[in-house]
Amino acid sequence: MSTPAATRQTSRLASATLTLLSPRGAVFLLLAILLVAVTLLNPNFAEPGQFIRFVQRVAPVAIVATGQYFVIVCGEFDLSMGSLITAQVVIAGNLIGQDESRSVPVLVFMVVFGAVVGLVNGLITTMLRVPSFIVTLGMMLALLGGVLFWTGGAATGNPADGFRQIGRGGIRDVPVVDIIPWSVIVLAAVLAVAIWFSRRPFGRTLVAVGDNVTTARFAGARVWWVKTAAFLISSLSATVAGVLLVGYAGVHPSVGRGYEFIAITAVVLGGVVLGGGRGWVVSAVAGAFALETLFTLLNVAGVPSTLRDAVQGAIIILAVAYSATAFRSRRRVRTAHASPTEEKVPAGDTSGGAPAIDS
Amino acid sequence: MRRRTSMTVATIGAAALIALTGCTTDPTVDDPASGGDDADSVEWFDQEVYDRQLSQLEADPEGPEGKPYLQYIDPEMIDTAQYASDGAKKACFSNASIGNPWRQTGWITMNEQLKVLQAAGVISEMETRDAQDSDDTQIADIDYFIEEGNCDAYIISPNSTAAMTPAVERACETGKPVIVFDRGVQTDCQTTFIHPVGGFAWGIESANFLIDNLEDGDKVVALRILPGVDVLEQRWAAAERLFDDSGIEAVDYFTGADPSEIKKIISDELAKGDVAGVWMDAGDGAVAAIEAFEDAGVDYPVMTGEDELSFLRKWDETGLTGLGTVYSNFQWRTPLLAMQMIFAGEQIPKEWVLPQRSIQEDELQDALVANDGMPDGHYARFGGEDLPGYPTVWQERIIP
Amino acid sequence: MSATTSRPRRRVRPGSTAIVYLALLGVIIVGAVLVGSVGRNFFSDGNIRDILTGMSVLGFVAVGQTLVILTGSLDLSVPYVVSLSSLLAAETMRGNSANIVQGVLLALGVAALIGLGNGLIVTKLRVNGFIATLGVGLIIKGYLDTMYKGSAGSVPREFQLIGATGLGPVPVSTIIMLAVATLVFLFLRRTRTGHHIYAVGGSVDVARLSGLHTARPVIVAHVLCSISAALAGLLLASRLGVGSPTVGSQGGYDLLSIAAVVLGGTVLAGGRGTIWGTIGGVAIFAVLDSVMSVMQVNPFLKDVVRGVVIVAAVAVYTGRALERRRPRFGAKGFDSARSDPGLDAAGAAR
Repeated sequence: MSTPAATRQTSRLASATLTLLSPRGAVFLLLAILLVAVTLLNPNFAEPGQFIRFVQRVAPVAIVATGQYFVIVCGEFDLSMGSLITAQVVIAGNLIGQDESRSVPVLVFMVVFGAVVGLVNGLITTMLRVPSFIVTLGMMLALLGGVLFWTGGAATGNPADGFRQIGRGGIRDVPVVDIIPWSVIVLAAVLAVAIWFSRRPFGRTLVAVGDNVTTARFAGARVWWVKTAAFLISSLSATVAGVLLVGYAGVHPSVGRGYEFIAITAVVLGGVVLGGGRGWVVSAVAGAFALETLFTLLNVAGVPSTLRDAVQGAIIILAVAYSATAFRSRRRVRTAHASPTEEKVPAGDTSGGAPAIDS
Repeated sequence: MRRRTSMTVATIGAAALIALTGCTTDPTVDDPASGGDDADSVEWFDQEVYDRQLSQLEADPEGPEGKPYLQYIDPEMIDTAQYASDGAKKACFSNASIGNPWRQTGWITMNEQLKVLQAAGVISEMETRDAQDSDDTQIADIDYFIEEGNCDAYIISPNSTAAMTPAVERACETGKPVIVFDRGVQTDCQTTFIHPVGGFAWGIESANFLIDNLEDGDKVVALRILPGVDVLEQRWAAAERLFDDSGIEAVDYFTGADPSEIKKIISDELAKGDVAGVWMDAGDGAVAAIEAFEDAGVDYPVMTGEDELSFLRKWDETGLTGLGTVYSNFQWRTPLLAMQMIFAGEQIPKEWVLPQRSIQEDELQDALVANDGMPDGHYARFGGEDLPGYPTVWQERIIP
Repeated sequence: MSATTSRPRRRVRPGSTAIVYLALLGVIIVGAVLVGSVGRNFFSDGNIRDILTGMSVLGFVAVGQTLVILTGSLDLSVPYVVSLSSLLAAETMRGNSANIVQGVLLALGVAALIGLGNGLIVTKLRVNGFIATLGVGLIIKGYLDTMYKGSAGSVPREFQLIGATGLGPVPVSTIIMLAVATLVFLFLRRTRTGHHIYAVGGSVDVARLSGLHTARPVIVAHVLCSISAALAGLLLASRLGVGSPTVGSQGGYDLLSIAAVVLGGTVLAGGRGTIWGTIGGVAIFAVLDSVMSVMQVNPFLKDVVRGVVIVAAVAVYTGRALERRRPRFGAKGFDSARSDPGLDAAGAAR
């Protein structure tokens, strides 16, 4: 094995390539390939104006992936995100109606509602020790059923335009890109907050808890609080995505459906291991972008819509298989050039709850 | 060593998977209308039914004026004297689901109609079992009714055609009247089958509207909700045939009625080039489609949607050239009224074809005024204006 | 593996499977009261038949899912396997009773291959079961959506009888499902692979260090899971009379089967759980659904009830069971605690 001294002699280029090809970095490579492919098929895509609109439509997915990242990295699941988005979207539609003055109070209510859902998820998982898969599954069923029951199955309609501007509008008349959508600004803010979180002790404790709960507990972490906070973050991110989607998609009971699976897929594409203990939040966001770019590529390439699922499935398996098999037995020695967010050196197969099966 | 083997396995597996998915591309890319190699998979276009629906579209309905839910087209009447009897009857309703706004609106209307008939002493109660879109559950529901329901009549809105046929036949065997509506089944044993003209008629009207308003070579994006649902597949089968024959380039997508999906599809299509028209097989999400044009800053398309109020309102607001195709929502009233007629011994049509009149440009304002205050998920042709709960029950949209 | 003839001394505390059946009893009692309040008899033939029919399809899927979860993996591809096998069977049979055997074998064979694929992806490519089966499920879904536009094939009368007949109020399909469950139970208790499934689920490292092939039990579990999903698909083909590309997703069998398995006391991380607990979980769902249908509960509220019940029920078990470690040293010292892996933490053997 190379010594730290020997590794320091490795050229910057080699270590950068290494990071790019590592599971954590591979998603960026995948994203680049997909972006190039789309641009080749549709040169308009690379126009700044078009591209910024593309980022606008990825924003909700990326935000949801960020929230899911925090939950997955501490070893849990959040399956209730999709239903929470639907619930928030419908709440916005029904409570705001055409009365713009209600936008802010309803927004506050939505945030509180999202926080409550996250708290419930987190507390039942940590205090009652029900597996998060089950808690969030139950919450998903209950939320969706409850919202549909309350609204009679269909929302009253799109709320006032002012509220919808967050998801649809932006700063206009900007040079080069013509419009900076609010969604993009919100996404940037969420990403910044997420990166900040992950560098704080809180973020590192999350990763530690995902890796080995017992050790983290002995090291003094308040596991229940950290995990509940992760669920809070996840629910709040679903709320933010809901606000954006009210603007982008309008109010309809199918908005948000399936988002939890998209989020989990994006996070896993980003090299985060299911079962926790490893992963970088920016990779998760890149995974979301890669996923949406893949869908766009399929649209642009004219792949029959019925085949889209098959391609998605194959890509998911391949991407995760690559992560899992490519660099398992290699010990990655941390160099001074390594990327900002540290994770532990992968020590063998077992991590979190993911059964790494050997033959 | 082992890692290299794993990598090799992974690469071979990857290549195999991609090849496999690639293999299935060929039959469908060339001929999306047929079901690929599989001869047994249902081929939706049926010339005979198509022609019949075309003539029914143009025919005049018979029946009471101003009550489209009691009108019928080209009927073949049957006797129901054998069922005539006095007293309030119990109806057992096996509902496929109330999982979309169209069905929810119809369900509310049906319950209001029920109240009228209960007040009149015709129907004592209607017990309902909701199958939540599952064939298996609905079969169990019908069997439960046969066994435990003490039903005087069966009303069935089947979830899918072929799968529900054995269960409907079992209901017929009880000797009680069986009323099937909305989607049909593959048997004739029921007392009457109530439905509007049909999916081919929808496709004909909507496709012809687009063809008339567009030029050769124009592109139409077809937004379809789900594959495999026969009422929806027939709509596209007819429309596609007409588009093919006329020189309009039509490309179809499945959307799952998800507005953000719709917006993405339209945006991607707009990025590829001009889109002159939009065809939808149901009105859900029409607003998102129109907004995609707004967001891209291009002209509105010529568009066919549905009589869902969200589309009608947006149509009015934007002034685009549009057509509100209709799958008559008032058909939810007719089964209970048919039940009344059966137990009175009156003649009814064996196949009760209800009128299906789209909302044209000139009717738009009337439809909007009449439905002012209704939620966006309401349907203009709901046919419940003369029912007691109007308009509050539909405005509040309380699902019974 | 010798079964211990003298059970370790334990306090009389119900194990998790017993709790499931207690809960089931509670649900039945409450259900009977509610059903009685609307003038129906819970124990009438028709009602029992409705409940048992509701158990059969989910039961097949849940039994298979139990095996997979015991190894610590998951199978999310089951709904699509169910649809695919119903289609394969119906199309091969084409209404001709001479083709029944072929149809059944084809459906089971293809399902076994899919299960093999799942197992290999999980073990050799080291992809988490959630992702692997999600991906495979999506591939099958793409295939179904492309190749089939609606229901296809037709099932001959003789085969339809399986879904339609019964011994009194007990449907034939339920009997077959219980028979399969018994076979799987015996497989888990009596065969080596069955014990290895528990071992691998409990701790992969320990299993490997003990000399087991850790991949084989996982692959076998996935194959058996897909085969039992195919059995569910065959049953559905029998009931519907045709094959349908959407019948699997209509039933929500993926998440519901996982919920039933966990409700039955199986631990999601693997290594602990029983088939009978799963059957109990399936029964609870079936009774719940039936009672809510008879009471004509608003369909949206049904989902709320299901969600709450799932969480509440699991909260009851895990609140108790997880705190206690499996007794490694029994009353008589080390050897007496060497017991079969069906033991749960409270020491009650199945």
